[in-house]
Amino acid sequence: MAFFLETLIGGLMAGMLYSLVAIGFVLIFKASGVFNFAQGAMVLFAALAMARFSEWVPGWTGVSSPLFANSVAFVLAGIMMFVVAWLIERLVLRHLVNQEGATLLMATLGIAYLLEGIGQGIFGNDIYKIDVGMPKEPVFVLQNVFEGGILINKEDFIAALIAALLVGALTLFFQKTATGRALRAVADDHQAAQSIGIPLNRIWVIVWCVAGVTALVAGIIWGSKLGVQFSLATVAMRALPVVILGGLTSVPGAIVGGLIIGVGEKLSEVFLGPYVGGGIEIWFAYMLALVFLMFRPQGLFGEKIIDRV
Amino acid sequence: MMGERVIGDVILDLRNISLAFGGVKALTEISFDVREHEIRAIIGPNGAGKSSMLNVISGVYRPQQGEIVFHGEHFARMNSYKAAKAGIARTFQNIALFKGMSVLDNIMTGRTLMMKANLLQQAFWWGPARREELAHRAKVEEIIDFLEIQHIRKTPVGRLPYGLQKRVDLGRALAMEPRILLLDEPMAGMNVEEKQDMSRFILDVNDQMGTTIVLIEHDMGVVMDISDRVVVLDYGKKIGDGSPDAVRANPEVIQAYLGASH
Repeated sequence: MAFFLETLIGGLMAGMLYSLVAIGFVLIFKASGVFNFAQGAMVLFAALAMARFSEWVPGWTGVSSPLFANSVAFVLAGIMMFVVAWLIERLVLRHLVNQEGATLLMATLGIAYLLEGIGQGIFGNDIYKIDVGMPKEPVFVLQNVFEGGILINKEDFIAALIAALLVGALTLFFQKTATGRALRAVADDHQAAQSIGIPLNRIWVIVWCVAGVTALVAGIIWGSKLGVQFSLATVAMRALPVVILGGLTSVPGAIVGGLIIGVGEKLSEVFLGPYVGGGIEIWFAYMLALVFLMFRPQGLFGEKIIDRV
Repeated sequence: MMGERVIGDVILDLRNISLAFGGVKALTEISFDVREHEIRAIIGPNGAGKSSMLNVISGVYRPQQGEIVFHGEHFARMNSYKAAKAGIARTFQNIALFKGMSVLDNIMTGRTLMMKANLLQQAFWWGPARREELAHRAKVEEIIDFLEIQHIRKTPVGRLPYGLQKRVDLGRALAMEPRILLLDEPMAGMNVEEKQDMSRFILDVNDQMGTTIVLIEHDMGVVMDISDRVVVLDYGKKIGDGSPDAVRANPEVIQAYLGASH
């Protein structure tokens, strides 16, 4: 029982980290109807900026406190993500208003390559580390309930907490504010949104900024876990099944999808793995996504798209 | 709210508008004007250029030639945002509502241009943002009452029947408190009862709020009943302009429209 719980909790926390990346996809899809292939590149770009700035800041300012360096690096990386968002709107999206989804998708694919290249050009292409002082050592909890207690990875726990807070804030923002409403309106119908005077360009900058900040948070957490290197861009691919499961248009869906996949991966690996020779963790998520695509293509929480014929 | 309905001066003047898509001429040198507080209809057979005309006024299409004068301001190049800012609201023939959002939220979006609180204030649900939200909400509730859709306030519009969606579409446009309201086939696809309801709402908007209305309609009977003046288009050209009675008696119109299709 204790072992099952331990696996379950481990899965839930891993799932939260997938959700963090998945939210980035959902935000941009909601507001512009674009499936943003560049989300992974944005995570990489943000993590690179964070890692390198925190390295450079002590040299620039002469202050050696890691807290100071990390805070300044976070702000600078945030500003970089804002600039990226603004440039993407200015140079790409603005010229593609009312275009087919496939056109926009290809455009984001191009943005992904550009961001990866430019990011590594500016910040270098080695392996860097982000150290924001997350506790690495695991702890044992519930020792009086189970023999030996349950092993919990503190780092994952804090990461999951941060992800949960971010999601809560974003949900409130979307549901309760006028800008959130405008974002949802733009997501539904560009032309109608324009006709009532919603400034499309500003909305897009806002939403890419928010997605950029989410990418930054995801980049910091994943980067401090895995190290900042090119392969970070492929983290987004791990989040792909999450958005399919949860529904492309739903922020809560991204969370639940992430949790299901995180738990599913871990449990199937531990309990089914031995029978099939292991390695389930790698393909489990994609398999699940495939099943969903066949039976519930809009995902768990996505909006069903009904077209009038 | 206006009690008396007095037709005023020219508010919208379209001068010599020509629009072509590649080699296809959608509109050829069309001029007409719209007076304040009137209901002005644009009619014509299929493909006459009615929708193109409306899209030119609301800034969706940019004419190759001609100019639009709205409230003394000249627009050679109009766009949707500028039009909305200038006080031009519209509805859509194939309803373009925000399907995932509730009726209330849909109509609230119509207030976007009047919201002044900045992003930061909204994000923290700060005093000014909250007061503003509540004030706009009150106005939106008035519109909901006016259109008699209280019972579906919280329903996502995607689930509503067609006739009600049309009404919400009108509500969203009204929430902008427009100076001029463009209606793109407001009664298309409706049954007789729904048509009567919609006619009543259009007349009430015009009468009680004093809003100037330009509408495109296929249904000749309805148009003749509620419009003050009618423009007739055929093959992108203007073939008639005047009171419903004058238009009805115009031989060119009878041949192009009434004679041909009725």
